[in-house]
Amino acid sequence: MRLRARSQRKVAKETTEVTTEGATKDSMSDTRSDLTVSLWRGAQQGRYESYKVPWRENQTVLDVVTFVQRHLDPTLSYRFACRVGMCGSCAMTVNGRPRWTCRTHVSSVVKDGRLEIAPLENLPIIKDLAADMRPFFDKWQRAKGAFVPARTRNDEIERIRPDSTARIAADAAIECINCGICYAACDTVRWSSDYLGPAALNRAWTLVNDVRDDANAERLQAVAASGGCHACHSHQSCQELCPQRLNPTASIAGLKRRTMWAYLKGEI
Amino acid sequence: MNVRLYVWQRLTAALMVPLVLVHVAVIFYATREGMTAADILARTRGSIAWASFYGAFVVAVAIHAAIGVRNVLTEWSPLKDRSAGIFASAFGALLFLLGARAVLAVVLP
Repeated sequence: MRLRARSQRKVAKETTEVTTEGATKDSMSDTRSDLTVSLWRGAQQGRYESYKVPWRENQTVLDVVTFVQRHLDPTLSYRFACRVGMCGSCAMTVNGRPRWTCRTHVSSVVKDGRLEIAPLENLPIIKDLAADMRPFFDKWQRAKGAFVPARTRNDEIERIRPDSTARIAADAAIECINCGICYAACDTVRWSSDYLGPAALNRAWTLVNDVRDDANAERLQAVAASGGCHACHSHQSCQELCPQRLNPTASIAGLKRRTMWAYLKGEI
Repeated sequence: MNVRLYVWQRLTAALMVPLVLVHVAVIFYATREGMTAADILARTRGSIAWASFYGAFVVAVAIHAAIGVRNVLTEWSPLKDRSAGIFASAFGALLFLLGARAVLAVVLP
């Protein structure tokens, strides 16, 4: 298992350093010492720029990035929304590993007073720390990740037993927030751009186990094709780094079994 | 890799588990007993059992290895699925021919 991502970004020139000079006195009032933060600037071609950011108790990596944008360089681009680990917008590569930055404390990832922050791996870069998530969500579509109801609003609501085997399997994988961390951590995605990736396959697994869904024949066909679940090498980087503590590898293993039996029965 | 290749690779792997164990046991037996080439050929020539055993082994290896090589090529080389499939099929055919030649050499009377 290789957790440290091999960077696909190309460094254009030497890094430069920006200090906290100019930041307001208030914003630095609980400073102990400075963090050295290297941020990726540019698109696929770019460079790391270093910034000195005040060290604080309980600050997150997203706080650090926000400090840089608010006080040191307003041209810095990055993506966030909820700041409480629900929306999945703020994932970035922090010291070589993909992480949700709003819930990652600096103290848990800082190395020798330094942070290196880059956009997510395995995705094109729009600018600076913002990765283009379109390939990620396109693959959700390819994996038939949309719910297709078997009943209409005029039918009686289906009763789902929470202790049924299918529902337990769906519940174990359902809390994905689409942050893309598993996708960025996946070696197979890096090697094969055609591979659907852990999140899309995990989503397909939840729907395969949803008795209310009516598109499982097409879904199993989609995930059993080239670039589908059988391409997974079970390296388990996805489950190692999933901030929601999900286990996409187990979901993919479930899809492998389900599609294999469907194939042997001639259903797909 | 799609489900068809996955099933073939797993089925041939499952088939090879007992075949490898018997093959290794035969190697140990033949060396510990100090059997000569002539002793071994005396037992294998004309034997339908040994021909079936190693014939199945060769077929399983050729299929299993070819699928594995195809996967390596699609992930680690610039080859696309189709080119990798052609190369891997050729590799599997070569393995089969070499293996079949070896089996025929020891089982034909």
